[in-house]
Amino acid sequence: MCLAVPMKLISIEGTAGIAEQGGVSIPVNLMLMETLKIGDYIIVHAGFAIQKMSEEEALETIEIYRECYQAQTSDTNE
Amino acid sequence: MKFIGNVIKHKPPTPMNNTFHIKDLISGILERIREKSAGKTISLMEVCGTHTMAISSFGLRGLLPNNIRLISGPGCPVCVTPNSLIDRAVAIAKRDDCIVTTFGDMMRVPGSSMSLSEVRSLGGDVRIVYSTMDAIRSARDNPDKKVIFLGIGFETTAPTVAASILTAHLNGVRNYSVLCAHKVMPPTMEALVINKKIAIDGFICPGHVSTIIGSKPYLFLAEHYYKACVIAGFEPLDVCQSIEMLVNQIIIRKPAVEIQYTRAVKPEGNPSALKVLHTVFEPCDAEWRGIGVIPGSGLKIRDIYSTYDAEKVIPVTIEPLQEQEGCICGEILQGIKLPSECSLFKNLCTPERPIGACMVSSEGTCAAYYKYGV
Repeated sequence: MCLAVPMKLISIEGTAGIAEQGGVSIPVNLMLMETLKIGDYIIVHAGFAIQKMSEEEALETIEIYRECYQAQTSDTNE
Repeated sequence: MKFIGNVIKHKPPTPMNNTFHIKDLISGILERIREKSAGKTISLMEVCGTHTMAISSFGLRGLLPNNIRLISGPGCPVCVTPNSLIDRAVAIAKRDDCIVTTFGDMMRVPGSSMSLSEVRSLGGDVRIVYSTMDAIRSARDNPDKKVIFLGIGFETTAPTVAASILTAHLNGVRNYSVLCAHKVMPPTMEALVINKKIAIDGFICPGHVSTIIGSKPYLFLAEHYYKACVIAGFEPLDVCQSIEMLVNQIIIRKPAVEIQYTRAVKPEGNPSALKVLHTVFEPCDAEWRGIGVIPGSGLKIRDIYSTYDAEKVIPVTIEPLQEQEGCICGEILQGIKLPSECSLFKNLCTPERPIGACMVSSEGTCAAYYKYGV
């Protein structure tokens, strides 16, 4: 249940934001974070930003997810 | 939620280029764990359902030397929610003036006589939401109904539920309330270490719970109970590295709290989220399925927000409590027994027809052992 994923914040309006990852955009509530700006990488859990990540760390994690996706896809195709 | 599943543009994943490199790294870690731990039996417990699934799906138990024992603890919030809470939610869902909203994981968990999924099939209005903000939206869209959100989850989820109560309060949404069954991890870990039936040398501490609470709340486990603690991420390399860090602490007999998952966890956690959590909730004793009451292991809604407490504002008559006969979820949740030691496992209790909560939840220990064999 405690799943959370890194996403990039692409819009902010008060405490309502939109975050993007892998081509998917979702609304994200920003009430649980102090200061965020457009372009920040955030960890999203159940529609809320719960932590900020450095761009480098976020991209590393996203790359791992992509590799897992790729590995799963090739497993399915085998 | 209109954006969910609405793919705006699709970027194909980049080609995999360093999986073997990761494989090499993991082999190296495993070899070092084998060398360092030789001749010593070490028991490590994970207390996060996502770790339970990760360990089983990677086949990590099979890769580690036999002297490293990985035990699954009560890390799945769905699994530890007692029947009494499900029964109350079912009774609320039977009322014509109520809409029960919940995360999808809770739908099939059996209560004394039925699950939320079953009450919905009988006409109850039960809706799955992705976020508490969806539940607030339901309340706004249905002003003539009472909308109840099922507040399940550990410290990762509790701030999002607290935020929904503050949002309802600030925006005058008076028909919204929360049936609160949130739990917190550190007092539960203490209950596990003082239980003589379980031998634990160290904890694979939960990643995203720690994103919120930081590393300090585990310090007493290292300082007072001499348990090694490492806050771990969820990828194969994360878990393997965390196990090596735990083994190092145990071998040199210097238990501490270390953060392996540094990309998501800061020592201080997320102070803003903690502030929201503590504004709305206060600690309470809580009942855990099959385990009983653990002092200080729950969260309840503060009196000042009692108009958002479903237990207080939605009166219902609850059916007599009945536990699932033969189910040993309680002992499995504490790591005392393995799923294979349950007479119902794979026999009468399967993911298609689950009897116990640990088989229902996708993060339950029984579901993990059923799916992956280990």
